[in-house]
Amino acid sequence: MNTSKWGIVLVGIIIAFTIFGYIYTPYDPSEVRVTERLQSPGQGHLLGTDHFGRDVLSRILVGGRVSLLVGIIAVTLGSALGTLLGLLAGFRGGVCEELLMRFSTTLQAFPSILLALLFASIWEPGVQVVLWSIAIGNIPSFLRLTRSQVLSIKKHPYVEAARAIGAKDLAIMLRHVIPNLQDALLVQFTVSLAGAILVEASLSYLGVGIQPPSPSWGRMLREAQGYASLAPWALLAPGVFIALTVLGFNLLGDTWIFRREDVLKRE
Amino acid sequence: MITLLLVSVLTFFVIQILPGDPALLMLGTEGTPEVYARLRSEMNLDRPLLERYVRWFMDFLQGQWGNSWRYSMPVRELVARAFPLSLSLAFLAVGVALLFAVPTGMFMAAKPRSVSARFLSVITQVGLGLPQFWVGLLLIQTFAVSLGFLPAGGSSSPLSLVLPTLTLALPRAAILSRFMRVGMADALKQDYIRTARAKGLARNVVFFKHALRNGALAVLTVAGLQFAELLAGTIVVEQVFGLPGVGQLLLAGVFQRDLPLVQAVVMVIVFLILLLDLAFDLGLGLLDPRIRYE
Repeated sequence: MNTSKWGIVLVGIIIAFTIFGYIYTPYDPSEVRVTERLQSPGQGHLLGTDHFGRDVLSRILVGGRVSLLVGIIAVTLGSALGTLLGLLAGFRGGVCEELLMRFSTTLQAFPSILLALLFASIWEPGVQVVLWSIAIGNIPSFLRLTRSQVLSIKKHPYVEAARAIGAKDLAIMLRHVIPNLQDALLVQFTVSLAGAILVEASLSYLGVGIQPPSPSWGRMLREAQGYASLAPWALLAPGVFIALTVLGFNLLGDTWIFRREDVLKRE
Repeated sequence: MITLLLVSVLTFFVIQILPGDPALLMLGTEGTPEVYARLRSEMNLDRPLLERYVRWFMDFLQGQWGNSWRYSMPVRELVARAFPLSLSLAFLAVGVALLFAVPTGMFMAAKPRSVSARFLSVITQVGLGLPQFWVGLLLIQTFAVSLGFLPAGGSSSPLSLVLPTLTLALPRAAILSRFMRVGMADALKQDYIRTARAKGLARNVVFFKHALRNGALAVLTVAGLQFAELLAGTIVVEQVFGLPGVGQLLLAGVFQRDLPLVQAVVMVIVFLILLLDLAFDLGLGLLDPRIRYE
């Protein structure tokens, strides 16, 4: 199989796995069974149990959904805001562009994790901290990408032609610029999603992200660290799933880059 | 300079504007209205926002970062104590990452079709997706718990920095080696390489003397772009290994609602990111005469 297909396959598996978690889990993911604490993987519990006797596989099945959802919502929000501001900067130019680029440079100095910690010191740690920090953290890259694309698309003769026949800025934006942006944005979106999953996992690991009782892969690793010498297997599974998800989205992004290059070559 | 100002505005106003009253946060559930009122005026919370901002920023520039609420000592002392560790960790990690990445990337560019190059390509691709803290947890499990020849945490001996440095460096090495490969591959396609080969220079000489210069430049540029991520990574890795650096200071501040501490640490980290970026850009200009500043 072509390597570029692996992205779709991996992402498909992860999504199917997560949906499967809604339908069936071998055990109740948050049911505490004191008598079955720290069991090693094997019969009964495929991936073992944690320090509360909760089934690790069930928790993994359920733990991905929040990460995926938060990642998708946050990146959608960030990309929408970033693209809008980028369109504005690219089209308006002048002072408006100058200000927006300044704004973007300022945001770039704040990594998502730092933003999240800043938010968490005021709000309670939780999903909203993760959501907003990832969304805002993603604005600069989309803003810059959109602006540079708009600047290059604006130079094409067909835009000039459209303008010559009297099309307004908004019409040119909708009809000519946005369709040409799609591919580049799609790649950036997918890659940002991979980044978002990583940030969410890190924040949940640090304790400022998704809070118990809802299980998340990052949080599971935080808890597993406490009893790692008794149950090292609990350290493995959540990490493997985070890594596979991120890898999947990264590869998917690559696939779209290749496809885009193919299209450009044919033209 | 303007960016510095904007950063300070953002840091300050995020804390001030978001719903939540610092005085209330500090008091917690116990506290009479009188105590609350006194605290508000002590913290200047009854002053206009703009005045508070100007006062805070001027104080910050003069190194007056206020007192930490929980530790009851100057924030500056706390930061000064924690920073050397975090900075040395970050720089060590960049060094180690480059040490891994440059040869790997060169090899992948030199023999792109070989089995080992393809293997390395898969490894680095996987490495891009590994959560940093998980790498750290696995390293602890292998080298500290199972094999037992490296300390799992703390900062008592230089040896205890080995695992944190590796944790920070490995995912970074994966990214950098991929850029190194692309940089080298691009450099090898240039006309001057063909010329050098045509005039009879040995393949190795061309590769190491001519191509490497431009190939390495690409990697350095990327390495310089990653200061923000690097410092964010340091925060997480310090937590994994229990290192008393700025990351731990910041997290303690967050969980204990120590706003002066959080504000100051965030400002210092962001200033540092901007400073490093600037220094790096200027350094790159010295290395590559093609880069000119207006």
